[in-house]
Amino acid sequence: MNAVISFRDVRYAAGNTDLLRDLSFEVEPGETIVLLGRSGSGKTTTLRLINHLLAPTSGDVFVNGTATRKWDPIRLRRGIGYVIQEAGLFPHYTVRQNVGLVPSLEKWDRLRIEKRVEEVLALVGLDPAQFAGRYPHELSGGQRQRVGVARALCADPPILLLDEPFGALDPVTRAEVQDEFQSLQLRLGKTLVFVTHDIAEAFLFGSRIGLMKDGRLLLLASKEEFRASQHPEVVSFLRPVRDRMEMLNRI
Amino acid sequence: MNLTEFLQNNGQELLVLTLQHLFLAGLSTLIAASIGIPAGIFLTRKPRWGKLVLGMANVVQTIPSPALLGFLIPLPFLGGIGARSAIVALVLYSLLPIIRNTYSGITGVDPAVREAGRGMGMTGHQLLLQVELPLASSVIFAGVRVAMVLSIGVATIAAMIGAGGLGMYIFRGVSMVDNTLILAGAVPAALLAIMTDFVLGRIEKKISPKH
Repeated sequence: MNAVISFRDVRYAAGNTDLLRDLSFEVEPGETIVLLGRSGSGKTTTLRLINHLLAPTSGDVFVNGTATRKWDPIRLRRGIGYVIQEAGLFPHYTVRQNVGLVPSLEKWDRLRIEKRVEEVLALVGLDPAQFAGRYPHELSGGQRQRVGVARALCADPPILLLDEPFGALDPVTRAEVQDEFQSLQLRLGKTLVFVTHDIAEAFLFGSRIGLMKDGRLLLLASKEEFRASQHPEVVSFLRPVRDRMEMLNRI
Repeated sequence: MNLTEFLQNNGQELLVLTLQHLFLAGLSTLIAASIGIPAGIFLTRKPRWGKLVLGMANVVQTIPSPALLGFLIPLPFLGGIGARSAIVALVLYSLLPIIRNTYSGITGVDPAVREAGRGMGMTGHQLLLQVELPLASSVIFAGVRVAMVLSIGVATIAAMIGAGGLGMYIFRGVSMVDNTLILAGAVPAALLAIMTDFVLGRIEKKISPKH
């Protein structure tokens, strides 16, 4: 099996309610799967099953061929980059300390961390000389989010999980950061699972788009197939985009 | 004799009583912190116990201090006449603010920060020592500060069971119907509380996270 991540008949329940049901899919090396869905559709839960922040109630999630329940969760997570919506930077750490978190947990020597931190900061478009010594509260929302991405990339994990990483940004900043991230994505060639409720983001980043609703994966398809699909939930995601395009064209 | 004259004539004794007073309050706060902070941390790991333990600490807080001291006198090991009973009582009073602030300081850490720490592969231990405790430190310290100031107040009553401290003057003054003597205990005790509060407040500001 070549898949980097694979879900097999995964069910996840909290108490008596199923949050996820009949979830089976695979993520191939180097591709970007975007999980698209409304709030509460189960996409974040799916993501958190991959780095074993949650354990499946039944079924198994495999990462690099080994079930997550058999992984040492700490080892598993240190090999997976994780970017979340509010960035989740440590407010009492400088940008340098935040970005170098995983390498320092892994006990790299100081100079190597230093060098790597500068590298990844430059990669996400932040000048290390200017930003490395700052605290998160001294950054704008866009800069914080870039630091969050840099932190996830620092130990060079082959897999990256992103949970609405740009959702809290204003539309203009979001577009900037998205463009930068897209060129980064092409250069790095990592395996990505990207969660969003923004269909434009799904088309921007996804090699394949998975549509989730009520804890089920309704469809996992290429962009072309997705756009052509007549599934009512696909239609309801595409309609607002089409309406806006028409509105803009009318003006 | 007015208050200034009295304090001038009895400077040495006043100093001894003040130091005794500080010792009673300081030692009991220290003991309470070394029990209360780990207890507060434990409660964040076992939230089920939270209500019970905080409830118990709350109940202790409602026992009038002379009654608590009275209960302690006949107890072996912990009780008796003197400083030991007083310290036990002060520790019991100090526990609530310290446990409560430790608990709420840690549970008040931004969930996104905790999620990121766990997701990056921090162990529970690393998360506690590198993230939760540093971010909660000023709230925890505020609890210690409240406990210390509270103890300085309650410690005046400790003189009732022969534990010394500035309460000596107050009780002596009450039994002799001598207002000067009462003030000679009450004013320094109040000043001590205010100064301690001020100093600890400065320290608290210094250690609060810069954001």
